[in-house]
Amino acid sequence: MSAAPVANAALIIAEHAQGRLNVSTAKCVRCAQAIDSVVIDVAVLAADAGAIAAQAAQVAGIRRVVSIERPENAEALAAVWAPQIAALAPQYTHLLGPSTTFGKDLMPRVAALLGVSQISDIMAVQSARRFRRPIYANNAVATVEAIGHIVVGTVRTASFQPAAAASSPAPIESVALQTALPQHTRFVSRSLPSVGRPDLQTAARVVSGGRALASADNFQILYRLADALGAAVGASRAAVDAGYVPNDLQVGQTGKIIAPELYIALGISGAIQHLTGIKDARTIVAINKDGEAPIFEVADIGLVGDLFKIVPELEALIRARTHGSGAKACDAQEPDGSHAPTLS
Amino acid sequence: MNRILVGIKRVVDFSVRVRVKPDGSGVVTDGVKMSINPFDEIALEEALRIRERGLADEIIAVSVGPAQAQQQLRTALAMGADRAVLVQVGEPLEPLAVAHVLLELVRQHQPQLVILGKQAIDDDNGQTGQMLAALWERPQATFASRLELDGAGARVTREVDAGLETLLIELPAVITTDLRLNEPRYVKLPDIMKAKRKPLDVTTPAALGAMLPATSTRTLKVEPPPARARGVRVANASELVAALAQRGVL
Repeated sequence: MSAAPVANAALIIAEHAQGRLNVSTAKCVRCAQAIDSVVIDVAVLAADAGAIAAQAAQVAGIRRVVSIERPENAEALAAVWAPQIAALAPQYTHLLGPSTTFGKDLMPRVAALLGVSQISDIMAVQSARRFRRPIYANNAVATVEAIGHIVVGTVRTASFQPAAAASSPAPIESVALQTALPQHTRFVSRSLPSVGRPDLQTAARVVSGGRALASADNFQILYRLADALGAAVGASRAAVDAGYVPNDLQVGQTGKIIAPELYIALGISGAIQHLTGIKDARTIVAINKDGEAPIFEVADIGLVGDLFKIVPELEALIRARTHGSGAKACDAQEPDGSHAPTLS
Repeated sequence: MNRILVGIKRVVDFSVRVRVKPDGSGVVTDGVKMSINPFDEIALEEALRIRERGLADEIIAVSVGPAQAQQQLRTALAMGADRAVLVQVGEPLEPLAVAHVLLELVRQHQPQLVILGKQAIDDDNGQTGQMLAALWERPQATFASRLELDGAGARVTREVDAGLETLLIELPAVITTDLRLNEPRYVKLPDIMKAKRKPLDVTTPAALGAMLPATSTRTLKVEPPPARARGVRVANASELVAALAQRGVL
């Protein structure tokens, strides 16, 4: 090691489910690596931490995995986990979790116990205490400075690639905490969405339909294209309001804000509140019969024409291509397959 | 008295295309349409439905914000809240400070439920509900898409990345709302007239006796997001596939 003094120590709270580490954890590690002269630990809270801690130890760039095993940690209940994480905090300058529903639920509760506000949705690290984060649903970017005694933050997973795999695993240390835990919150059940299609929020590819689909039946051509691509399905608010699809498919500021690798908008004109929900997609494709539609202002690839003719052709071309190259549609989850571990 | 406290934040309306001020100090809000944060409207609607089922007696709409937030509280009263409290502040408070103000209101009004939006659509922090639950040492159920009250407890279905999760929590508790929880009602003209006669108290954090924590974050500047590069037009499906392949997304 070179002589740079270690000024910062970051603790990443691992996200996991069904014995699998979520890739969001390795993305948080990547984010923490951008803090100058930092050591990084990963905390695994679980009833049975063994397998998850072993996976966390394989993430490059970490000093050690801290394993906190208690039966009460079987489910990620914020009220139960937060006091334990707060108890670990004195050894650290930074506590980071992913900006997934897991981290968004947990980290503010930790921050409040420590008496600081949180830096939400870190998209870039400028220095140990200076971060960039999106506001107004990504319509503006704020540079914020943490001036409290500790930095508590959530990491925007769309902004960071996962840290690489380690050549040799980091050590795992078990920590016994005597923290008193509340009994007022109980996990009951978890139901997974309809299997077969990726989750809209985390999918690498999304195909969305708008009012121009004109009926619920017509969404079938969209579903077939989505399946050919291994994509999730979304919709504009207009399509939801018209009753073509359920409202949990709504993409936009008041629906889901997503950042897939590929977003295909079919018959969506591009109202401001919809564009707000997709502007972080890496590639946006728009197919619309109105060449003047605002969606074309943000589209990387635009195609003006009749979607009822184009979409089946596109589906056939994609299917021919995937069969030809031997690639599987489910590869579409790569590289951002952050959702896959929690879907099993 | 079975009370529900609902948080109401005044924000730039969701349909407005926000513009960053040239000096980087924030976004333009002068002359811009302001509304109740959409997730807070859902929170209020849920409280109204609970009262309509006979499971609550009183709904108090509270806002921590500028004097003009009285407009949004009047709208909340027109929707059906029984009374409103504005805790007026000159500069916006950060989430932990808002949570401390709400904690003081909770101590004074002893609600069974506090229902807040999962986040405000201006600063997108998504912290206040969880922070209030922590300070109050009570359960939290964030991103709620279904809420069933049952005596001393609540069964809450939450929208999580992996699907839906159900928790059983004791009351009192903090709930934060997700989009699917309900569809807020429209305000009718007679209700707007009636709302003018409902009580709206204006106070301050100091008058309330709220302990405000030291500031822990500071916004240095606000910039527009990086513009997207200009796109290309293709003529048909096969050109589209070729363009996608070229970008490496197939």
